[in-house]
Amino acid sequence: MRTAIVQFPGLNRDRDMVDAITKIAGNAPELIWYTETEIAKEVDLVIIPGGFSYGDYLRAGAIAARAPIMDAIREKATQGAGVLGVCNGFQILTEAGLLPGALMRNAGLNFVCKMVELEVTNSDIRFTSQYNKGQVITCPVAHHDGNYFANETTLKTLEDQNRVIFRYANGTNPNGSINDIAGITNETGNVLGMMPHPENLIEEAHLNVDAKSFDGRALFESALGSITGTGAGA
Amino acid sequence: MTINNTKPITPELIAEHGINEEEYEKILELTGREPSFTELGIWSAMWNEHCSYKSSKKWLKTLPTEGSRVIEGPGENAGVVDIDDGDVVVFKMESHNHPSYIEPFQGAATGMGGILRDVFTMGARPIAAMNALRFGDPDHPKTKHLVSGVVAGIGGYGNSFGVPTVGGETNFHKRYNGNILVNAFAAGIAKADQIFTSRAEGVGLPVVYLGAKTGRDGVGGATMASAEFDENIEEKRPTVQVGDPFTEKCLLEACLELMASGAVIAIQDMGAAGLTCSAVEMGAKGNLGIELDLDKVPVREESMSAYEMMLSESQERMLMVLRPELEDQAKAIFVKWGLDFAIVGKTTDDLRFKISHQGEQVADLPIKELGDEAPEYDRPYMEPGIYSPLEPEQIDEPEDYNQALLKLMASPDICSKRWIYEQYDTMIQGNSLQRPGGDAGVVRVDTNGKKALAFSSDVTPRYVDADAYEGGKQAVAECYRNLTAVGAEPIAATDNLNFGNPEKPEIMGTFVKAIEGIGEACEALSMPIVSGNVSLYNETHGEAILPTPTIGGVGLIPDYEQTVGLSGAEKGDVLFLIGTHGTHLGQSIYMRECLGLEDGPPPEVKLDFERARGEFIRATIRNDNAKACHDLSDGGLAVAIAELCIKSGVGADLSLTRRNDNYAPHAALFGEDQARYILAIKESRANLFAANAEASGVSFEKLGYLGGDTLKIDDLISISVKELENAHEAWLPNYMANA
Repeated sequence: MRTAIVQFPGLNRDRDMVDAITKIAGNAPELIWYTETEIAKEVDLVIIPGGFSYGDYLRAGAIAARAPIMDAIREKATQGAGVLGVCNGFQILTEAGLLPGALMRNAGLNFVCKMVELEVTNSDIRFTSQYNKGQVITCPVAHHDGNYFANETTLKTLEDQNRVIFRYANGTNPNGSINDIAGITNETGNVLGMMPHPENLIEEAHLNVDAKSFDGRALFESALGSITGTGAGA
Repeated sequence: MTINNTKPITPELIAEHGINEEEYEKILELTGREPSFTELGIWSAMWNEHCSYKSSKKWLKTLPTEGSRVIEGPGENAGVVDIDDGDVVVFKMESHNHPSYIEPFQGAATGMGGILRDVFTMGARPIAAMNALRFGDPDHPKTKHLVSGVVAGIGGYGNSFGVPTVGGETNFHKRYNGNILVNAFAAGIAKADQIFTSRAEGVGLPVVYLGAKTGRDGVGGATMASAEFDENIEEKRPTVQVGDPFTEKCLLEACLELMASGAVIAIQDMGAAGLTCSAVEMGAKGNLGIELDLDKVPVREESMSAYEMMLSESQERMLMVLRPELEDQAKAIFVKWGLDFAIVGKTTDDLRFKISHQGEQVADLPIKELGDEAPEYDRPYMEPGIYSPLEPEQIDEPEDYNQALLKLMASPDICSKRWIYEQYDTMIQGNSLQRPGGDAGVVRVDTNGKKALAFSSDVTPRYVDADAYEGGKQAVAECYRNLTAVGAEPIAATDNLNFGNPEKPEIMGTFVKAIEGIGEACEALSMPIVSGNVSLYNETHGEAILPTPTIGGVGLIPDYEQTVGLSGAEKGDVLFLIGTHGTHLGQSIYMRECLGLEDGPPPEVKLDFERARGEFIRATIRNDNAKACHDLSDGGLAVAIAELCIKSGVGADLSLTRRNDNYAPHAALFGEDQARYILAIKESRANLFAANAEASGVSFEKLGYLGGDTLKIDDLISISVKELENAHEAWLPNYMANA
């Protein structure tokens, strides 16, 4: 299993993601600068982490989505490698057309950082196999533009094909997302975009008054196909 | 197009630059002739209050700044303190008050930008931020707009830059109606042998401009921040800079890469008075002259004059002295990050600051004198009067203690600040062990290690106003307690001294006494001041703010598993009070919120008690005997207990039994006597704990047990924790929703 993390100027949770992958996979991922045009063929998981690529200027993710590396990511996705976009990564994937819909400004108009609850609505894809379907997990969010929207046809397709992977649960939708959508996948289930940050809830030190178990870890254990240490709910 | 530098120097022009007659005489003498327009601007930028500390320097020198852990004290961009294992913490707090009142979003944003640059200029990656905010009366028509703008500005910058905000404070008081305070704190981590400073070394070496381009924003900003406000304040809006956190994040990464490459000899960020201040500082500290060619400066706008370029406060810029053989490598790093890299001058051995623009020499000034010969004033001061004692029996009891407690919990100063801190990224970097809402923020130093740092920002301005000396002591003592309450050893502090017009003897007197109190407490509690900032002239229409010397403290935690917060208490635990029953209600939140009175002296701070009790608390936490801890401050014992119950989600059944002869229930519950804590101890350890306390000689009292869902104290208080929580959480969101 080889993991690559893509770096755009302005991303700021790349180090968090590197740390999570290193701790869970046991070795460090490779870093790919956005001007590159190729990703090694051994790489089978590409992650676009969170942050503010290009300051979110113009529109969150819009500039990064047109960077040279995106064609290589598109090709990886077509070849069936795993592609994970978290927060700004999700915004970039929608802007690049790898996932449908758009992330709008939060309904409350303010940036929001807190713990939310997520229902794992589909545990059949490679990113969620270590969760149980219907399981409710805790996860941090930290974003200004996480209000997912898609038109009726797209929404119906997403719901019919069981492509909503995470939904905000128990009234914790922090941003007004339609259908409480927190994360979606593509038709083939190898591209996942999500607003919450599982990489910030992967170990004992991340536990606090709002998070009693490191529920984010199982996502990476699923994606990496390796189980090291204890899983979700430990 | 040629830009003229021959604007005539008239008395009006000199006055507009905030330079008085005596100062101008000295400028004439040091320049050796009449200064050019650009030179006048440079003198004014270097000699204004903000940059020169001319009114405060005499008193700042009295503060304790040394200690076994201190590596760099005041004078650099930020203080540097040893935290063992070859690691250092680099930190500072700085105000951005005037700009934030004029344009709250950009003012607060660029305040964040400035303090973050101060930290990473020294080679440290920022790991934590805090902010101390003071707004006017909630009912004042501008307050909501300012709260909303300032919070969005801090969040907008810090979140995008990628530093977690882990603490802070927010007060409301009518004395800030025309002059809010925005004090931003940042801390970073570096290796002790990889610290960078502004001291230039070597003659004939390239001076390099890094970062964003220079525009006209902020021209004269530092001079604006050194004057009182009047009704023409709106006209000052163009002097506020505009922040670009994206560029700052790129600048951070580029600078850290550059520093690792070995190309940096000296580096200085461009903050107040931009290019002028940074160049003079690098030259003067290194005993070198500096020559700059302004035609090489990357500019955002055409036809900028030398005066504008030298005084621009455009953000996200740095100046450095480069090791010439590494020029190509250094430049490649900045190209990679899409930032400007331009050689704009060189170091010289003539101790002159020479500026050329369009082939003309527009300034030629003695570089040391620009900084070192800045006027230093021993301003006349008048020691403020103090209140006569106010005994509990002179102060009304509440008719209903439950209603009084609920009122305090929902009061603007005590209520939950969740509405604010949820707009800040508190979790980025994955090291935030305790986030805002507790006594101190706690951050893991290394993602693979056990060491952690605690951060707290404190001052009680109403105490300082009532008694500057005791109030100054209290600011340090409360910071010490907040760090202690999470199990941290306080190791150093930064101060951000916000006061009114120092030319008024009574304001100067408050300043002098507050410094005296701060110094004494820092000495007694071993918290040297390693960096800081002074903000004077915080007045509008002649009315000064409450004197607000904010203390930002840092504490060291060798093993983060030996920390506690407010949330660890459980049913069956025993609650102890460390210290004695409250007796002091003067200047209390109870008096202000329940009786509408701001009267009496503030509580006295006994520094020997603070130290002894603090050491006892830390030992208790580190021996794993405490499950939760909270210091007592605003609102006294009842508020502290209520906060602990809310955070831990448990009720309590408590009784105040060790009553002395003059026991007064309202003072016992709401008195703000200092040097006190509450601790939740596991029942099986309670006897051991009591024996330890007895042996240590600290006063303590077993208050009772935690459990149930109601907080009961004697026959005075009985309120469900849910109701307390609702009151505590509701005020701020409700207030902001009715904008």
